[in-house]
Amino acid sequence: MNESVESPELVEGLGTGFSPEPKDGPLLTVTDLSVEYDTPSGPVTAVDHVDLDVGAGEFVGIVGESGCGKSTLLFAIAQLLTSPARISSGEVIFRGQNMVTMNEAELAPVRWRNMSVVMQSAMNALNPVKKIEAQYADAMKAHGVRSRSEIRERSQAVLELVGIDRAHLNSYPHQLSGGMRQRAMIAMALLFTPELVIMDEPTSALDVVAQRSLMLQIKELQQQLGFAVIFVTHDMSLVSHFSDRLMVMYAGKEMEFGPTRKVFDNPAHPYSQGLLDAFPSIRGERVPLQGIPGSPPSLSAMPVGCRFEPRCPLRFDACATVPPELYDVDGVQARCLLHDPAYRDHAPVEVAK
Amino acid sequence: MSDPAPLLEARELTRVFRVGGLRSRKQLHAVDGANFVINPGEIVALVGESGSGKSTIARLLAQVYTPSSGEILFEGTPLSSLRSRRDVLAYRAAVPMVFQDPFSSLNPAYTVVHGIMRGLKLHRPDIGPADREAEARRVLEAVGLTPASQVVGRYPYELSGGQRQRIGFAQALAYHPKVILADEPVSMLDISIRIGLLNVMTSLRDDQGVSLLYITHDIASARYAADRMMVMYAGRIVESGPVEEVLGNPLHPYTQLLVAAVPDPRAELTVTAEMAKGEPPKVIDPGPGCRFADRCPLAREVCRTTTPPLLELKPGIRAACHVAADDLGRGEESTGGAPLGAKLAA
Repeated sequence: MNESVESPELVEGLGTGFSPEPKDGPLLTVTDLSVEYDTPSGPVTAVDHVDLDVGAGEFVGIVGESGCGKSTLLFAIAQLLTSPARISSGEVIFRGQNMVTMNEAELAPVRWRNMSVVMQSAMNALNPVKKIEAQYADAMKAHGVRSRSEIRERSQAVLELVGIDRAHLNSYPHQLSGGMRQRAMIAMALLFTPELVIMDEPTSALDVVAQRSLMLQIKELQQQLGFAVIFVTHDMSLVSHFSDRLMVMYAGKEMEFGPTRKVFDNPAHPYSQGLLDAFPSIRGERVPLQGIPGSPPSLSAMPVGCRFEPRCPLRFDACATVPPELYDVDGVQARCLLHDPAYRDHAPVEVAK
Repeated sequence: MSDPAPLLEARELTRVFRVGGLRSRKQLHAVDGANFVINPGEIVALVGESGSGKSTIARLLAQVYTPSSGEILFEGTPLSSLRSRRDVLAYRAAVPMVFQDPFSSLNPAYTVVHGIMRGLKLHRPDIGPADREAEARRVLEAVGLTPASQVVGRYPYELSGGQRQRIGFAQALAYHPKVILADEPVSMLDISIRIGLLNVMTSLRDDQGVSLLYITHDIASARYAADRMMVMYAGRIVESGPVEEVLGNPLHPYTQLLVAAVPDPRAELTVTAEMAKGEPPKVIDPGPGCRFADRCPLAREVCRTTTPPLLELKPGIRAACHVAADDLGRGEESTGGAPLGAKLAA
């Protein structure tokens, strides 16, 4: 990439209000987090007692179908939920502070400086009537950066960081291609070199080549600048080469959580297996696939037992009545009765150990 | 390929758009000199990046746009010779389109059979009013919405994205079509239900004998569903041939880039960042030369000065690339270099 990236002041970014002292333990710890939506017929639970931890500099992928609570979980972590959604239990500890109990005034300095969010659709997230430069300046001014030259320098630096010519600071969003817009969004998230960048399907509007190039760039930036990433996508294969750990979410619960390679090589949950099998491959035999028949359950009518039971090819009697715990399977957490010693023998067919 | 009359044929199909201000003379070449055929009973995938002209081809075939030059022939008859309303209607029924977004392509104010019934009324005079309902049920079940009775009275908002897109295919099928133009029909859907739709497409081919033009940027799904494949780059078709051959041994460097960019959890990370970083050019008032030359690791002098023609380099496989043509002994000028594979590896 270009040389200016190597210079130390760029990598450190603007002085963050906090001192970047090394911390013991993870950067982000989410414990027992639940989110409810109030509906006319009573509250429904979209995120159900989820635990998640993210270490400094780690890349965590979250995958699942639409409507599984992935985006709601992200919004809950970033404290961006608006009515009728609310956090009904749990805590989000980021840099030692519980974000759930903080008020807006306390959250404001943390947002963007320490934790930034890249939204799904860059076309909707960028202001169409303002130049890129003005949008970057807005964000920096809101966080107390006054010096014009400082704003300009930093804007140019982050834009070049993502491989866009600085001349495009003077462009409007519609003058950029889809891939460039998405990269400009990521650059915007890096204005203050945060410790955690949360990305909600940043590549889903792009085609394969642009998608791959953006993923490579995110990974490169992450290694260069050392921020942690939570990356949400419905495309499991997309994160296969990039994330350190992978969480598979279904109907508001984590179904499987563990090192990415292990989840891919040996999915411990039938849902993970189903997601993997939904992909046609471009190599090897052409085989007929079925995807996962059916759709995720309605939030207001959750199955009593395992939430995946109605669609599961490996279900047995107990699945309909006993909600499974998270079981440790060879370093991977999996929420499936097949891994419960009491039920293991019920497996209709051989499953991954 | 040598069938006497292909269903649909494009000859030097070109569409340019004027861009810029009122007095601008700038022309955007969305589709440039495309030649292809669609035969009975086959799925042809048209793949490429956004902005490469895929959708423009679909809209030209659907008569949403008229060609700037070139000709489209349907069963041997040029479309420009269709004059009467009856002929135009018959063509539209034979070549319907399924759109990308199942959330905005169905009218939310009507139940889902509404669109099907209207299509039947307009395009199927052979079916009397009394039999339309039965025919609507038949097409719904053909696209996997069984039992049809559970779907007919529903409104679009009551259906999932996958079900809505099936309605889109049912509407097209109701016209008794020959070729369905499917423009990114699954890209808005979740991965887990895409396969179901692709299976609908293959069953339409196998059970109903319908051909499909499947437009997508997802080449893995193109491989899954299609028989033949055409790769587009910046308004030009750069490679075409049977899917397995094109993907197994891509001749054009752009096809090679596409194949390498597909995320495959079972394979190593291959594509180099430099090659993937480029963007497709905006094709405004283009000069001669290969449009991929600026991103191409193999580009030579000739690539920037002479437009490579789409040549049949191997039986059934066409590619528009000077380098590949040279290596396979079909180029105009010989450079006597190493085989293509060796050069790419270097």
